[in-house]
Amino acid sequence: MKRWRPPPHIVLLTPAVIVLAAVVLIPLALSLWSSFTPFRLTQPDSIYRFVGLRNYERIFTDVEFWIAFGRTVLLLTVALNLELLIGLGLALLVERQTRGQRLLRTILMFPMMFSPILVGFQFKFMFNDNIGLVNNALQSLGLTDQAIPWLIDGRLAFLAITAAEVWSSTAVFAIFILAGLMAMPREPLEAARVDGCTPFQTFRYVTWPFIMPFAFIAMTIRSLDVARAYDIIKIMTDGGPAGRTEVLWTLIARTAYSDARMGMANAMSYVAILLSVVFTAYFFSKLGQARAQVAADW
Amino acid sequence: MDENSAARFQKRLSNWTLTSLLFAAMTIICLPGLWIVLNSFRPAVEIMAKPPIWIPQELSFEAYRNMFSGAGQGGVPVLQYFRNSAIIAVTSTVISLAIGMSGGYAFARYRFKGKGGWFLGLMLTRTVPGVALSLPLFFLYAQVGLIDTHAGMILAYTALNIPFTIWLIDGFFRQVPKDLAEAAQIDGCTRWQAFWRVEFPLARPGIASAGIFAFLTSWNEFALASQLTRSTDSKTLPVGLLDYTAEFTIDWRGMCALAVIMIIPALVLTYAVQKHLVSGLTSGATKG
Repeated sequence: MKRWRPPPHIVLLTPAVIVLAAVVLIPLALSLWSSFTPFRLTQPDSIYRFVGLRNYERIFTDVEFWIAFGRTVLLLTVALNLELLIGLGLALLVERQTRGQRLLRTILMFPMMFSPILVGFQFKFMFNDNIGLVNNALQSLGLTDQAIPWLIDGRLAFLAITAAEVWSSTAVFAIFILAGLMAMPREPLEAARVDGCTPFQTFRYVTWPFIMPFAFIAMTIRSLDVARAYDIIKIMTDGGPAGRTEVLWTLIARTAYSDARMGMANAMSYVAILLSVVFTAYFFSKLGQARAQVAADW
Repeated sequence: MDENSAARFQKRLSNWTLTSLLFAAMTIICLPGLWIVLNSFRPAVEIMAKPPIWIPQELSFEAYRNMFSGAGQGGVPVLQYFRNSAIIAVTSTVISLAIGMSGGYAFARYRFKGKGGWFLGLMLTRTVPGVALSLPLFFLYAQVGLIDTHAGMILAYTALNIPFTIWLIDGFFRQVPKDLAEAAQIDGCTRWQAFWRVEFPLARPGIASAGIFAFLTSWNEFALASQLTRSTDSKTLPVGLLDYTAEFTIDWRGMCALAVIMIIPALVLTYAVQKHLVSGLTSGATKG
């Protein structure tokens, strides 16, 4: 008699599922539970007291939380759009070059190797009001004679953070869109030119639909790891001064580790997790659509 | 005639503009890195100078010497951090490659119910922000005594790397034609042998780049490491970077030197795999 054997794909997927369950799912279940309790690290027993939705009620009526939430969404929207646009521009520029493409591609990838925390330090250094590269350059060029407080003024700090974020992640878009451009067949472009399309029309109706899946791959990869902006912000301003650059993630860390209000922080992190999941799932579905579109057209 | 030369002139002009635009962009990309390298070799006085000194007057290796001379006088135990980082990153890379290969193979070669859903589900575990995950993980690790150990960090990074590794390796196995393994099986190989002798060697460059991507993620990660490590027993380089900051001052020069140390391995590895990395992620972008 033959023993029942599980189908191979189940066996092959088991290790991955076990590790992810142990390190991600079980902790998440725990944090879901503790988001319904007034859990404080200093009072371990408080994890057994169920308070229902009180934490969520509090954060949903907390103006500070909503400001941080809005700022996070704003930062992501601005940064991701800029990255897409600049990445597209860079890819088009590099693709035109006939010589030195390999070198250019390597340079493009350069920022990807930097740890986000390193990017944070680097830009904190560059935007330092006293000894930073930016102010030094502006002063040497005679554009201003005073030290611009880049990381102290709320708006300027937001600008500086966006710059750091864009610098570190534009490469992802540029690289993938470039890969798309290289994979593109030549004939349709020539056909479009023969038919009298302007360069813009050619781009809009021939090139863009083809490279869109590649842009979505980049977008998906970025949205998977969108919270890495935390490292950058943590180092550059840590949400300060006085909460003027506070985003969701720095707020969570502050609530959990400085105020030791774990229950509250976990409730907040569920909002943050939901935000990430919605982002990623959206781009994943877009990716699927774009792929299907290309498969149908080409 | 006039029209021709005007058009030629215009074309040349736009060509020139675009090339200089590219040059400017490349400069902006390189500048922050060069600034770090430059400052790691400058004496502290020069960094602080007002008005700024643009052309370095003298080279100084003091920052590097301080870094490797041990933990004396408030120094940072960089060698220890480097060792921790290397052990944690390499081990978790090896484990996540093994797990990712088996998972990726399952997605590339088998049809099963709810495949898309499983794939998306695995990917979504990666979207949990590090900060959000660090809270419950910290609590759990404290219960089982994994705080501030290599094992704890390795486990966490393995989980962090698995989704992406599966995605990449799935893509690479898809590029290997199915017929090859089937032919090998007809010739008398077992499925296992067919995998190791035919499919694995063909997918190897891709698997290597997935490994390097996993390595870089672990090497660079901060949000989890900053909460789950406490002492020199397990602190990694990104966390160690914080040692250069005091409450109101930052040792910029020392930090720059450590940054250079951190980047070199990443630079070498990324350069080695750049080509495969992209082709793996985009495989299937055009063919469903």
